[in-house]
Amino acid sequence: MTKAKTVISYVILCVVSFLSVFPLYYMLCGATNPSIDVIRGKLVPGSYLLENFKTLIEFQDLGRALFNSFRNSILITIFTLLICSIAGYGFEIYHDKGKDILMSILLLAMMLPFVALMIPLFKMFSTWGMVNTWMALMLPSISTPFMIMLFRQAARSFPADIIDAARMEGVSEIGIFFRMYIPTMKSTYGAAMTVTFMNAWNNYLWPKIILQRNESITMPMLVANLKSGYSVDYGMLMLGVLICTLPTAIIFLCLQRSFTNGITGAVK
Amino acid sequence: MKMKRMGIERRYRLIGWAFLLPAALLIFIFCFYPMLQAILLSFKSGSGVNASWSISNYTRILKDKTFKQCLFNTIFYLIVQVPIMLILALMLAQLLNNPKLRFRGAFRTMIFLPCATSLVSYSMIFKSLFADKGLINMILEQIGLFPISWFQNAWAARFVIIIALIWRWTGYNMVFYLAGLQNIDYSVYEASRIDGASPRQQFFKITIPLLKPTILLTAIMSTSGTLQLFDESVNLTAGGPGKASMTLAHYIFNISFVETPKFNYAAALSVFILVCVATLSFIQMKVGDKRD
Repeated sequence: MTKAKTVISYVILCVVSFLSVFPLYYMLCGATNPSIDVIRGKLVPGSYLLENFKTLIEFQDLGRALFNSFRNSILITIFTLLICSIAGYGFEIYHDKGKDILMSILLLAMMLPFVALMIPLFKMFSTWGMVNTWMALMLPSISTPFMIMLFRQAARSFPADIIDAARMEGVSEIGIFFRMYIPTMKSTYGAAMTVTFMNAWNNYLWPKIILQRNESITMPMLVANLKSGYSVDYGMLMLGVLICTLPTAIIFLCLQRSFTNGITGAVK
Repeated sequence: MKMKRMGIERRYRLIGWAFLLPAALLIFIFCFYPMLQAILLSFKSGSGVNASWSISNYTRILKDKTFKQCLFNTIFYLIVQVPIMLILALMLAQLLNNPKLRFRGAFRTMIFLPCATSLVSYSMIFKSLFADKGLINMILEQIGLFPISWFQNAWAARFVIIIALIWRWTGYNMVFYLAGLQNIDYSVYEASRIDGASPRQQFFKITIPLLKPTILLTAIMSTSGTLQLFDESVNLTAGGPGKASMTLAHYIFNISFVETPKFNYAAALSVFILVCVATLSFIQMKVGDKRD
């Protein structure tokens, strides 16, 4: 690579990185400045954070939204990982013709647009009297073909010798899964956890439909509420956006390595 | 002995089925069954006991002006945003895949970071950036151009949605390409360079063909995602001005849950989206599968 080309690639990457991070920096500045400065485009962090926080908790039940969002996302993540990983393991380790056919049928579900499912789903849960329950929120989201495929792919690299040895020792099949497969697949679980938690935390459409009581409010709903009303307080809005973004950003930054490794495995 | 062996095989097969049963059942109950329901619902008019079979919901689609507007918007987002985003993502992945490049990790993290924001959150950030007296308009004025009422003009509003989408999703697709590129052995490039291949030839003759499955995956994901676009239309432009930037999913949501509920008609519209997603995925798979 010539020197000029190297310089150009650095310039392009710097510009793109700047453009990617800038709106987030803008959000950070916005959260610490009064509304009027946010609109005027002040790009230096201010000292108005506490005031914005006071306005925010005065208008919205921030504590409840945070609690709900964390509870929902953590429960969804735990159940998704459990159900999809054991299914992926089952599809790969005990594979036969029938299971392969079933897998390709399940993959078709990836093509079904959620907008098409939401009305029948809503009707189903209202007949069962489950509107406004966290079960109704969870059930449609905890089993996804994408996750099953990810774990099926990971199980492919799980050595058969380990399974044989464990069987000789008399370890039960479920024991092999829990005591041997899970500990060796840390990076796949890391990637799956990052994706599932982010999706669960950020999901807006389904919670908006199925959770209609004020006390079921989640963080994205709270942020969406902040813009309604006659005049928008942009400082408060940006603080809401910041609080909604922090958990997913932190999880992503912490699990970044295993996330990329997990995706690399899935793309193979 | 043989009998016993077959018994064990059988036992393992059954255990396998037991392991995958919960996940498979959930997908059947909460994906395939509702889909079937949506299709049945779309062929009925009236509600409850008075419901009768008819195709009136589908003939109504043809006369619906709002639907046509939303369809146009959605297709416009699809045609403009998806190619730009995928090409940009591929370019960035290609740049980052150079092992001699320094700060690769930092660049990758920064470019991926937008994906950590929720769709509602980044809609709000862009709403505020493009506000009438917001930062973007201030910059436009500073450099001697006139400010634009981004959310009062139909094309400007659509433009903001496209910019926002590209910002949010380019890094996401880039990670898939990077993963795909890392699976290509770097020695392939070295060898072709010794054989005298130019970087352009390397890109079109090695990278693109080897990356085809990944490109196919991202193309299908983005197409299906764009056809289902909802959060941005609701929170960034509120579908406005008028209904000039509203997406199909937003429209379906409105006629199901905001206005007087018209579930049957909404179901017909959603079946329409299903057919679009399925057709486009099918075409992409056919094109992607073609061997040169």
